[in-house]
Amino acid sequence: MAGPERPPPPRDSVEWEGRSLLKALVKKSALRGEQVHVLGCEVSEEEFREGFDSNINSRLVYHDLFRDPLSWSKPGKALPGGPLEALRALDKRTVSGPATIALDSLSWLLHHLPCPTLCQTLHALSRQDSCPGDTPPGEQVRVLGLLHEELHGPGPLGALSSLAQTEVTLSGMMGQASAQILCRRPRQRPTHQTQWFSILPDFSLELQAEPPLESQPRSDPHTPSVDPTTHLTFNLHLSKKEREAKDSLTLPFQFSSEKQQALLRPGLGQATSHIFYEPDAYDDLDQEDPDDDLDV
Amino acid sequence: ATLVRVQRGGSPSAQTEGKLTLLCDAKTDGSFLVHHFLSFYLKANCKVCLVALIQSFSHYNIVGQKLGVSLTAARERGQLVVLEGLKSGVDVFFRPREEPHPLQFLREANAGDLQPLYAFVRDALQPVDSGEAAWRCPVLLVDDLSVLLSLGVGPVAVLDFVHYCRATVCQEWKGNVVCLVHDSGDTEDEESDVLLNGLSHQSHLILRAEGLATGFCKDVHGQLRILWRRPLQPTTHRDRSLTYQYKIQDKSVSFFAKGMSPAVL
Repeated sequence: MAGPERPPPPRDSVEWEGRSLLKALVKKSALRGEQVHVLGCEVSEEEFREGFDSNINSRLVYHDLFRDPLSWSKPGKALPGGPLEALRALDKRTVSGPATIALDSLSWLLHHLPCPTLCQTLHALSRQDSCPGDTPPGEQVRVLGLLHEELHGPGPLGALSSLAQTEVTLSGMMGQASAQILCRRPRQRPTHQTQWFSILPDFSLELQAEPPLESQPRSDPHTPSVDPTTHLTFNLHLSKKEREAKDSLTLPFQFSSEKQQALLRPGLGQATSHIFYEPDAYDDLDQEDPDDDLDV
Repeated sequence: ATLVRVQRGGSPSAQTEGKLTLLCDAKTDGSFLVHHFLSFYLKANCKVCLVALIQSFSHYNIVGQKLGVSLTAARERGQLVVLEGLKSGVDVFFRPREEPHPLQFLREANAGDLQPLYAFVRDALQPVDSGEAAWRCPVLLVDDLSVLLSLGVGPVAVLDFVHYCRATVCQEWKGNVVCLVHDSGDTEDEESDVLLNGLSHQSHLILRAEGLATGFCKDVHGQLRILWRRPLQPTTHRDRSLTYQYKIQDKSVSFFAKGMSPAVL
């Protein structure tokens, strides 16, 4: 991936975690000979360094905000000044040579610092104010920040996005991780691309082609398909004669022309309908037409 | 039996120490998992601190007895420390303000942080230099964290409390932390979502008890999803989760693969 000067926050979610990608990017920077400063808020130094070989670990400076970030312990093991000072101090440390600052995580910082303060500090950290002529390209600082998307509202997310030159959102399909990369360069249209990748146990980043759509979980082809109509206690099959009789049957509510004729002209062969009525002892048979007195 | 297998053997080993396990329930009651872990760790001879905010001590004791442990005896021999939220929550208001109390936030107008609660946990589980190792790893059990939101504590304050417990109990003392939290589901409870997602990111193992999508069933009480999040073995996501269905019985819980309940076979 191209090296950005401004902070790209890899956005992750509970399902597709981003720390492995952050560690892979940290490893890449270290292998390029850069010094890497990690502000660790969410995991211990031991856990962050796990999986890196000694070559990478020697280039990695871990600023521990995990053990006692809020100065609750006595005696205090906290970094002086709390989270904000720790963040600002990173600016002063990266004086010589190109460097990468990894923030693990931006979510933690966003929960504990006011959003405007955090944005201003990040802005200062990535030295956007310096004119291109002032700072030689080798001295530029790359800032990587890990952000847990589901923990924040659209406001803070938008604010951090606007600071970033590159945004990497992690997701995946069928066990394969992918990254949606949004690149914003000054005076250019933002570019969007999707990159499938996997991270090896030693935190090397392996880019991959898109997985073929056919690799959906398919039913085992060796299982013979079972006919569900066998072993039934009732008969579901029709013999040829039965099938013919069924097909030639007219349904009662199907109004064909023959039916229409039959209804309009009762044929000679048809019996007219008779009503047979046996009056009870209590019946009151009135032969008068009940509608006689209607003046219609 | 399956739940014990998830923990790789009958007792905590080096692989399972220093872990935060998140118990989560959605549309069902996941407290059976709390009772399981409580009896599991007591039987494994661990020093346990139970922050019981939902039920009384006697409730846990009764269920514990069905699972084969006596909480009263464990408390007497110093293996178990219990913070009974229902009882001591009232005490807060009858004590002088200067005396620190784990549930001090109940007295404050804007519930600040949970540092006094963390201090209680730290003091309860601090390894004592007594010459011989009395107990195995320390264990913190919290039942549950969602009620803290209802009591006015902000989700970030609860996350900070769990962070400190993780840093001290898991990282420093190589113990385990087990917390129960409720998933509010469709109800748009932002604080609950932030808490659940924040805890999920911090956890090594997530056990999620869900009610069945089709509703209540006599023979299958729900479904348990097991998700391993950390340590980071960058393997495919598919390998890291399992789903079982379960039925809660009087003295145990039986687990079976989906659709394989004895009642329907």
